[in-house]
Amino acid sequence: MQSLTQLAIGQPATISAIEADESLFHRLSALGFRVGKPLSIIRRANFNGPLQVRLGTTDIILRTAEAARIHISTS
Amino acid sequence: MKRIALLGMPNTGKSTLFNRISGASARVGNWPGITVDLASAKILLGGHIAQLIDLPGIYDLHGFSEDEQVVRHFLENNAIDLVVIVLNSAQIDRQLSLVLQIKKLNLPAVLALNMSDEAKHAGITIDTESLTTALNMPVVAISAKYGDGLPKALQAATQIISQNKTATNPQEIAQLLQEDSQIEREMETLVARHVQIPATLSDSTTDKIDRVLLHKWLGLPLFFAAMFLLFQFIFTAGKPLQDGLAWLLEMVRSSALEPLFANAPAWLSGLMLDGIYNGVTTVAAFVPIIILFFIVMAMVEDSGYLSRAAFLMDALMAKMGLDGRGFVMMLMGFGCNVPALMGTRIMRSRPMRLLTMLVIPLSLCSARLQVFIFMITALFTAQQAPIVLFALYVMSFATMFLTAILFQGQYKNAEPFLLELPPYRFPTARQILLRGWQEVRHFLNRATKFIIIGVVLVWALTHFPTDVPPASTGTYAGQIGAFFAPVLAPIGIDNQFAIALIFGFVAKEIVVGSLAVIFGLQGDALTAQVAMQIDWVQAMSFMLFTLIYTPCLSTVATLKSESKSTAYMWLSIVWSLALAWVVSFIFYQGARALGY
Repeated sequence: MQSLTQLAIGQPATISAIEADESLFHRLSALGFRVGKPLSIIRRANFNGPLQVRLGTTDIILRTAEAARIHISTS
Repeated sequence: MKRIALLGMPNTGKSTLFNRISGASARVGNWPGITVDLASAKILLGGHIAQLIDLPGIYDLHGFSEDEQVVRHFLENNAIDLVVIVLNSAQIDRQLSLVLQIKKLNLPAVLALNMSDEAKHAGITIDTESLTTALNMPVVAISAKYGDGLPKALQAATQIISQNKTATNPQEIAQLLQEDSQIEREMETLVARHVQIPATLSDSTTDKIDRVLLHKWLGLPLFFAAMFLLFQFIFTAGKPLQDGLAWLLEMVRSSALEPLFANAPAWLSGLMLDGIYNGVTTVAAFVPIIILFFIVMAMVEDSGYLSRAAFLMDALMAKMGLDGRGFVMMLMGFGCNVPALMGTRIMRSRPMRLLTMLVIPLSLCSARLQVFIFMITALFTAQQAPIVLFALYVMSFATMFLTAILFQGQYKNAEPFLLELPPYRFPTARQILLRGWQEVRHFLNRATKFIIIGVVLVWALTHFPTDVPPASTGTYAGQIGAFFAPVLAPIGIDNQFAIALIFGFVAKEIVVGSLAVIFGLQGDALTAQVAMQIDWVQAMSFMLFTLIYTPCLSTVATLKSESKSTAYMWLSIVWSLALAWVVSFIFYQGARALGY
């Protein structure tokens, strides 16, 4: 199982699982992070900064700590 | 009176819509059940006077973020007659969840599909008529920015209001909110039936701009260049405005007020002119800067660049328990602390906001710069001057980082850093000007009384008892200085400079002027006297103390009104005084020990 942090820039993937406590889970799902949703990484900030992720019509930035909670599968 | 709540996800243009409907009549105020202020306005809707309330942007009614709790507590404690739900049409596929959650609560609602122009651009078509039937609520496509569709939306709202149904029952809402729902499935069916979204969005302008502005190596330099230009703009445009205002206020004083009080007893004319009127001018001096600052901030925020700045700076700021948005405000503090503190309102997490507000007053603002330039000119050569000034800037950053690192455990941020990156948008002039005006009014309402009382107090301390010359060591201020001599002597500050520091509590702009009063000298004579009275080690210690201790009364007033906590205000004052003393002590004693 791969986490979102390991995904290469521009490579398409699908969310396979989200492992987060209730409040983070809620925030993620409200922003569109749900199992089965396709996503890709647009860019990463320098010095291990946040990731810019594209999910459907929305771009979201999140830190690697949160991204590590999202498991993905590439096809 | 009817009550209408405006509700929507962040970045949907909800506040733009609020501003467009309410015009300049908005007020901020308290509501039962919640601790943050909400903007509201009284509007006329088809013969009814209704109160429109702008709720914070939320993603989810059931979420745990502070904003989500605010909205929940608002609905659980306040009866309302209508909810206007604002969605971003371009993201309708995921934002419909909020509509369904509201529907589950049986709240009478109107759905405003905002940014219909952007959705059209992205090739998204929404059948509002069939969606109206499916949702059983009026659905209207609008553009809050340009005002399209607004009459139709207001008409739909009027219709519901005119039915005179009973308002919501907050207790019922509280119960319903606890039940969970099958909203996700319902949402997907709705989107599948009524919305068409192209598989891949066209390569948009936003992506092209981001490729440059968020570039791996160009991004940060461009960010700093942009910030520098904006600050330059604020202070070059602000200076003549401030000068003009000062000239005008001085005119009023010399041509109207002074003749008026010419025959009054000295204490009365002193109280009125040097006390209260000086307080008014102190407040007025901030007005142009605050207007300009928020005009610029509104541009940065509404354009979508603020989230980008957060992306660029987050790696560094996260280590200090802050986030990228806080950095923009920290930088702003180098111009003026007051608007920078007010600007932290964009941060939704209270602990992080408090931590940022604790850090901002340590930035070397333009008023402190005036004091430093005077002292440096008096005691250092032209070659040494830039080095000394640079050292003070470094010191300013060092104290900011130190404070953030020391206090980040106290103000632990529980909210995850998850931020939407909206597409770039052109802000409209109307929005920007409204923002500047609202912020100034907010500042004047909250700070004026506090500042005037403070100025009068310092005037009294430096002018009583009346049998000694004003600002001399015989006044109460001088006696306070003498009382603190055992504390101030180890950092090389004598009684006369201690009085200047007491003046500096009001505003750093008046420190140099107060030295003139204290020594009874002006211009070059004053510079020469200062250079004779203290050596460079004492001057440096005085400057370090001035840099770190409480910047000014306006900052204190803003800290109090923005945090809504007197205890927090005192923490900031005590912490900065303690830090100022320790830093000056280490420097002064260290330099003396080294034989300087």
